[in-house]
Amino acid sequence: MGQFLTSMPESCKLCCKGGRIPASLWLMSGALLLSVQNMLWASESVSTEDVPVLGQALTADQRSALPVHVFADGEGLPPGEGTAEQGAQLYAQLCSGCHGSAGQGGRALELVGDRSLLNTEFPDRGIAVYWPNAPTLYEYIYRAMPPDKPASLDPEQMYSLIAYLLQLNDLLPEDGVMNAAVLRDIVMPNHAGFITIAE
Amino acid sequence: MRASDKSKLPALGDVRSTDHLSASGFPTRRQFLKNGGLALAGLTYGAAARADEPITWHSPGSGFSNYGQPDTENNRIIRWISENPAVPGDGVSWTPLHELEGTITPNGLHFERHHNGVPAVTADRWTLTVHGKVQRELAFDLESLHRYPFESRISFIECGGNSNALWQPTPVQAAAGYLHGLVSCAEWTGIRLSTLLAEAGLDERGRWVIADGYDASGVTVSLPVDKCLDDVLLVLLQNGEPLRRENGYPARLLVPGWEGIVNLKWLRSLQVSDRPLWSKFDTVSYTDLHKDGLAERMTFTMGVKSLITSPSAGQALSERGYYEIRGLAWSGAGPVAGVDVSADGGKSWYEAVLQEPVLDKSLTRFRAPWAWDGEARVLMSRAYDSAGNRQPTRRALIDAKGSNVYHHYNAIVAWEVAGDGTISHVYA
Repeated sequence: MGQFLTSMPESCKLCCKGGRIPASLWLMSGALLLSVQNMLWASESVSTEDVPVLGQALTADQRSALPVHVFADGEGLPPGEGTAEQGAQLYAQLCSGCHGSAGQGGRALELVGDRSLLNTEFPDRGIAVYWPNAPTLYEYIYRAMPPDKPASLDPEQMYSLIAYLLQLNDLLPEDGVMNAAVLRDIVMPNHAGFITIAE
Repeated sequence: MRASDKSKLPALGDVRSTDHLSASGFPTRRQFLKNGGLALAGLTYGAAARADEPITWHSPGSGFSNYGQPDTENNRIIRWISENPAVPGDGVSWTPLHELEGTITPNGLHFERHHNGVPAVTADRWTLTVHGKVQRELAFDLESLHRYPFESRISFIECGGNSNALWQPTPVQAAAGYLHGLVSCAEWTGIRLSTLLAEAGLDERGRWVIADGYDASGVTVSLPVDKCLDDVLLVLLQNGEPLRRENGYPARLLVPGWEGIVNLKWLRSLQVSDRPLWSKFDTVSYTDLHKDGLAERMTFTMGVKSLITSPSAGQALSERGYYEIRGLAWSGAGPVAGVDVSADGGKSWYEAVLQEPVLDKSLTRFRAPWAWDGEARVLMSRAYDSAGNRQPTRRALIDAKGSNVYHHYNAIVAWEVAGDGTISHVYA
C-alpha cells in the first residue's frame, strides 16, 4: 500500500504497446478510481512545516569530483609551471584559429587591445584592457577552452598559455615563468575599473 | 476587456466618422465611457447557414496522439537560431514573441542561450552537491529532490543581452521576437533553495553561493546568499513537465527578476563561499561598460520594459480601421504597474488594459483598442513597475550610459506604420 507506480512495469508493456492502454483497462478504470481513493489516506502524521532530510554525505568520489574553482585572488590555483615560449606553440595550435595571430582577434574576441579606447565609441576588450583579475584566466580558460575540447589542458599547458597571453598584454616579461604565485601577484590595469551593483 | 468582446467594437473601426477617436486613433475618454468601458451591447448574429454544412460533420476525425504537436497550419511558429559559426553550441534561439499571445511561453519556444551546447545529462547520472562553507556537505539525487515540498512560480527569464541590437546606431530590421525574444515566461516548479541550504546548514561566513553546471562552457556565477534564501528555486519542472533539455534538464536555478545568466542550467554544484568567485561571467561577460570607461558588474535586476508585439516590425496592416494593439511588459523589480501606448511617436499616450493576473516578475500582457487612419504612424509602449521604475526613452538610456553597455537594453521600442501599412523598426 502507498506505493504508486511512476513507470510502467515490464509485464504491462506486453499489452500497452506504443503508449496505448488496452481496452480491458479502459473498461475497468471506474473501478480502479474507487480503489485508489481508498489507498490515498496516509498513516504518517505530517505538517506543512515538515521537510524531508534526504541529502547524503559526500562519498570520496563525489568529494574528489567537486569543482576546484580558482578565485580571483588565486585561491584554487594548482601547482605547476609554464613558460610563454611553450604557450606560444599551444596558442598557435589551439587558439589562433579563432582569436587571431598574437591575440589580435578574429571570429572570437581580441585578447589584446588599447586600454585608452575604453571610454570611446569603439572600445577594445583585450585581457589587459578589461579583465580585472589575472587568476580568472585560469578558471575560465581551463573550463571553456578550446571550445571543441574544454577542460583538457594540464596545469603546465595552462600556465604556459597564460604566460603567453600575459606577455602579449605586456604584463609579463618575455622570459617570465608562470605559476600560481606569479599569477596571483599580477595586478591587472582594469582592476579598479568596476562598480559592483549586487543587491 | 475579454477577447470575445473584440467584435463588439465596430464603431472604433469606422474611420469615416472619427468624432469618437483621438487624433492618433485611440478612443476618446468620452467614447470609452459611452461604450461602457469597451463592453458594448447590441451585437446581432446573422442566420446560421444551412446549405454548406462543414464536411468535417460527415466523417470521424483523426485519432489521439501521445504528445501533441502544433498543427501543420501553425508549425511555422518557431525559434530562430543565431549561432557562432566557429562554435555552433555558442549562440541563442529567440522566442517568436510576435507570433504568440498570452504570457506563458510554450516549452518548445522558450528562448535558449547556450555557451557551448546542451549537455546530455541523464537523471540517473545527475547529482547536485552543496559544499563549501556549510556544516554538512551534501549530495542530492533527483529522486530524493522530488520528495521535497514543491513550489510553483510564474516568472520570466530574460537574457541580460536581450535587445542588444538596439544599442546599434541604426535600427536593425527584424521581427519583434528576433530583436527582443531572449525573454520567455513559464510556470517553474521546484524546491526553495533555502530548504536545501538549511539542510546543509549555512556557516555564518557563507555570504555567496557559487553555482556551476554540467555543460562544457565553464559558466559559473556567484549569487548573494540573501537572494538565494529569499526566492530562488531549484527548478525541476517547466509548465508542468520536466524541464526541457535546452532549458536545463534535470535541474536549473530560477532567480526571479535577475538576468538570465545567473538562472544557471544543468546545475551541478553549489559552493557556499565567504566571497564571490569573480568568475569570467561575474567580471567580464555580462558586465556593462559605461561611457566613462567604468563598467558595472553584478547588475542583476532586469529593468522595467515593454514592447508592442502586434502590430510590429515585419507585419503589415491590410486596411484602415480597427486593430488591437497587443504587447508584453515586465520588470525584474516587481509587478508591472501600468503601460501606456502611443500612436504618434510619444506625443500623446493612451493607457492600455493589463491582462489579469498581473504577477510579480512575470510577463504581463497589455492590450489597447486602436484604429489606423491610413496615415504614417509611430507605435510605442512605455511601462511602469510597482517599485516606481519607468521605462526610459532610447535617448535617455544612451545619454545616461553610452552605447557600449551591450546588456540591459530596456528603452521604449518604436514601430513605424507606413502609409501602405508596412511596419518597420525605427528609433523615435
